[in-house]
Amino acid sequence: MRIKERILNWFLFSIMVLVAFFMLIPFFWMFSTSLKSLGEVFEYPPKWIPREPLWENYSRVWSVVPFGRYLLNSLIVSSCITFLHLLVASLSAYAFARLNFPGRDKLFLLYLATLMIPGQVTMIPNFILIKLLRLTDTYTGLILPNVFTAFGVFLLRQFFLTIPKDYEDAARIDGASRFYIYSRIILPLSIPAVSTLAIFTFVFQWNNLLWPLVVVSKDSMKTITLGLASFQGMYGTTWNLLMAAAMMGVLPSIVAFLLGQRYLIKGVTLTGLKA
Amino acid sequence: MTLRKKEALAAWFFLLPGFVGFTIFVFGAVLFSLGLSFFEWDMLTQPTFVGLKNFTRLLFEDKTFHLVFKNTLWFVVGTVPTRVLLGLLFALILVRNVPGRTFFRAVVFLPVIIPTVAAAMVWRWIFNADFGLLNDFLYHIGVSNLPRWLSHPRWALTAIVILSVWKDVGFSTVLFMAGLQSIPSTVYEAAKLDGANSWKIFLHITLPLLSPTTFFVIVINVIASFQVFDQAYVLTGGGPGNATNTIVYYIYNNAFQWFRMGYAAAVAWILFGAIFIATFIQFKYQKRWVYYE
Repeated sequence: MRIKERILNWFLFSIMVLVAFFMLIPFFWMFSTSLKSLGEVFEYPPKWIPREPLWENYSRVWSVVPFGRYLLNSLIVSSCITFLHLLVASLSAYAFARLNFPGRDKLFLLYLATLMIPGQVTMIPNFILIKLLRLTDTYTGLILPNVFTAFGVFLLRQFFLTIPKDYEDAARIDGASRFYIYSRIILPLSIPAVSTLAIFTFVFQWNNLLWPLVVVSKDSMKTITLGLASFQGMYGTTWNLLMAAAMMGVLPSIVAFLLGQRYLIKGVTLTGLKA
Repeated sequence: MTLRKKEALAAWFFLLPGFVGFTIFVFGAVLFSLGLSFFEWDMLTQPTFVGLKNFTRLLFEDKTFHLVFKNTLWFVVGTVPTRVLLGLLFALILVRNVPGRTFFRAVVFLPVIIPTVAAAMVWRWIFNADFGLLNDFLYHIGVSNLPRWLSHPRWALTAIVILSVWKDVGFSTVLFMAGLQSIPSTVYEAAKLDGANSWKIFLHITLPLLSPTTFFVIVINVIASFQVFDQAYVLTGGGPGNATNTIVYYIYNNAFQWFRMGYAAAVAWILFGAIFIATFIQFKYQKRWVYYE
């Protein structure tokens, strides 16, 4: 029985080696192509290892487009959205989970109902609003409409509900204010949920293409995804440069993933929401 | 002031920042979008009320929209079962004590977190009909009629499905792994004592106990697949012709390329309708196969 199981495990191992091979090939191919000369790119049959790695392909991307600026814009936009979303969602979630007020459950249901409506429905009015306020091509325009989603409110409320009410009652008796309880008791006890939400929001916004595509036209305001997409449009046939750009576009995500893998995977299973 | 009133006041203090934003960017936007769908508006001249014309045109006249809708449905049909089956298979393997499973878990999940834009750029190169890896591979295993992936209508849609399965199969895998790990081992032990073989255990214990997860994975995947955009935007630009044009792409083009705001809003509401109906049907039929303890 044990031997049978070991044989089976090694059989499954070889299947996974094959799967891993297919999952990783695009990354390897991206890296390999990014180091080739344009002539080598179009050689047939395709070569796996470039004859002489051309590292200057990477610096050339930086000189034809403001790549650093794209990265910085993405960092600013994603961080601000994450911070504001966490703040706003946790405040609301606290009220929904811990406080009584007339119409609370109805309002919460209304928040929940918006989760069903795809973002494309609100995208059009929000674009019109941002345009009327002359906020296209600004950080505010990139950030503000993405701060308010019911997902975080829902996730945090569910988590807050699991924290025993005794903690709070004890603090109330000691004369603590509600804001003190929220910030010093509930939030610290909710670090797992809060950090999950933070990772999700950040990754989702970092990868977001559609909204930046809609509100940004200036090159200097482009986020990394938008920068990559328009770079492809402009340099459609210089595959080595495109792959160098793509490589730099995925690298921050890969590094972040390798560092926070455990939390990220736990986060997916906890929330079930798409990154 | 009574204690209850005080508490209500405190609640509104906490709710206010979110509520103001929600009112403008969510509740308000939803209502505005609904109203907008009954108008024609190019953002330059005055909006004109057209009643249900946008909807009737979309449903009965607009051939492009019919194609776009069909493409999106094909995308859903192509990606969801593949992601669910492969995700389940990978999860079943990776919850076992397979050598290197930590590494494999990471590898399968890796594409999920990278930007779709970057992934699509690489796949566009892999799908290249003359110099791409895929056709080179197919050539070596003896395929003589090599598909021109991105310039042939049927293959272009297939290419988007392949990219999307590669990109997001890890998401389903992780959800399934969590589902599998939550099945108590005592159930398995009891079945083994009763002399059930592995296949019977899988069929009569694992699958039914996993069905809530399966249901959830399907629902989430269907909703996300209906909203496909990035892949088509980067890989094919909706082409050739409109072969890979999707509903969200059509919304994008109508609203932000052609400035038909009302028409785009109507498409967005039809998208919502489609997602709603698809989800509703799944919830209605879950009783037949989803097993809750």
